[in-house]
Amino acid sequence: MSKRIDVSDLNVYYGDFLAVEGVTMAIEPRSVTALIGPSGCGKSTFLRTLNRMHEVIPGAHVEGKAVMDGQDLYAPDVDPVAVRRQVGMVFQRPNPFPTMSIKENVLAGVKLNNKRISKSDANDLVESSLQGANLWNEVKDRLDRPGSGLSGGQQQRLCIARAIAVRPQVLLMDEPCSALDPISTLAIEDLMSELKDDYTIVIVTHNMQQAARVSDRTAFFNIAGTGKPGKLVEMGDTATMFSSPTVQATEDYISGRFG
Amino acid sequence: MAVTSPPSTRAGLGSEPQVPATKGGLAGRVFAGLSTGAGILILVVLAAVAVFLVIEAWPALTASPEELQEISWFKADSLLAYVGPLVFGTLLASILALAIAVPVSVGIALFISHYAPRRLAQGLGYLIDLLAAIPSVVYGLWGALWLLPILNPFFTWLSGTLGFIPLFAGYQAPAKNIMSASIVLAVMILPIITAVSREVFLQTPVLHEEASLALGATRWEMVRMAVLPFGRSGVISASMLGLGRALGETMAVLMVISPGFLYSLFLLKPGQQQTIAANIASKFPEASGLAVSTLIATGLALFVITFVVNMIARWIIARRKEFSGAN
Repeated sequence: MSKRIDVSDLNVYYGDFLAVEGVTMAIEPRSVTALIGPSGCGKSTFLRTLNRMHEVIPGAHVEGKAVMDGQDLYAPDVDPVAVRRQVGMVFQRPNPFPTMSIKENVLAGVKLNNKRISKSDANDLVESSLQGANLWNEVKDRLDRPGSGLSGGQQQRLCIARAIAVRPQVLLMDEPCSALDPISTLAIEDLMSELKDDYTIVIVTHNMQQAARVSDRTAFFNIAGTGKPGKLVEMGDTATMFSSPTVQATEDYISGRFG
Repeated sequence: MAVTSPPSTRAGLGSEPQVPATKGGLAGRVFAGLSTGAGILILVVLAAVAVFLVIEAWPALTASPEELQEISWFKADSLLAYVGPLVFGTLLASILALAIAVPVSVGIALFISHYAPRRLAQGLGYLIDLLAAIPSVVYGLWGALWLLPILNPFFTWLSGTLGFIPLFAGYQAPAKNIMSASIVLAVMILPIITAVSREVFLQTPVLHEEASLALGATRWEMVRMAVLPFGRSGVISASMLGLGRALGETMAVLMVISPGFLYSLFLLKPGQQQTIAANIASKFPEASGLAVSTLIATGLALFVITFVVNMIARWIIARRKEFSGAN
């Protein structure tokens, strides 16, 4: 249950403003793809086009193609809601629903997709999802407590459990560790390397060491100046990108000369 | 009457100043004194009102039924038997009004906050605020002269088709019944409930809205998952504000309802119920002596009702505090 995504000549607009220009990349299944680059280079914007979350902002639209296993995500008859059910997302700040218990949080997406679920199925799913997010042992005794009572790292893993409970094809992560401490970050990174056996993972990160640690392929985005569109500079195997990038800007960025 | 969330109340009373007064310098101490004073003032005013009501109502509270029955309009066996139906009428009218107004208000507020295009939402918001500024006597006139004739055919039909249910039995034109009064009250409290609910819905964290959308929620599902749970306590507070206004509303009820003093659930029959506020307003100008005390005793009952209503609202909000999103 993991699919590849082929993006070709994708432009992203906010109204008339061209935010990201001409992205062409292949995102391989069962692997972690990292998007790196300086602030404002459009990597988060690009990530959000993969599950059409950018459409939440009025006036945002794309040109070009994003094809997931032969299915165009932007075909006129495709409902963005259906896309989001296949492409899950984890956000920068942990956002469990504060009015729901841990258990209800995990089941939130499932209840949308298929309203009726038997109690035992629900319990199994809660356990397997929380196991999958490496959170089960910490919360199994307090599944009915509010999710907002957990620590930041636990909340983020709860959000991952919530995302994988609906069995998506692809998991998008928008700087999932930037609000977390090093220990929690390590837990999430370990989790990513387990999850990639089952899911296609795309992660945006500001932390180059993190990209080097967790990803199989890395894409470097850059921006020529403020007000100019962000572009994909180059993409390749993470080992190659960090040892011998072909473009000078990539080398400058990963060696810390700017960004 | 406002039911605010506990944190702001705590800040207002200032019983445990966050910054020690010695550290704040002169300005800090002056401000701490002023805010503490304001907090105490509220308690003093509240106590003063309660004391006034009890003192003024005392003659009626201690009078024998025989003495009370010398008042021309006092037909009950005791003071309690007189106040009872009034309390019942007041609660019935207000709860009916709330039942009509809350769903409509929440609908309008959601439309403004999450569905309407921005420009339309703004215009609609102004319009709702404008409704709140209309004096209640105008609502009364509007209800009595315009709404009642319009309701007449509807009530006739309702009583004819559903008349076998006691609630809707025995309608007589004109529509001077508690249902009409409640509809007028509902229109009156609609703006305040809508305005507060809209503000609360707009405060829903974008993070939570995006969380539900990213799970594949439609807009309505997003509203149900993120917006309504977040706004729940705010909507309850708003409803209590509305209920407070409905409980105390005088003119609109006075001008619409044909009064009666019965524990009656006939919503469409005239001459069944009366509210405390309207009753005081209609009798007060010609009352003197013990009659005034009796009316003030009913006012004391109204005071107690609003208190109890507030307590219940607080209890509802506090019950699921951990899940409120405030932490």
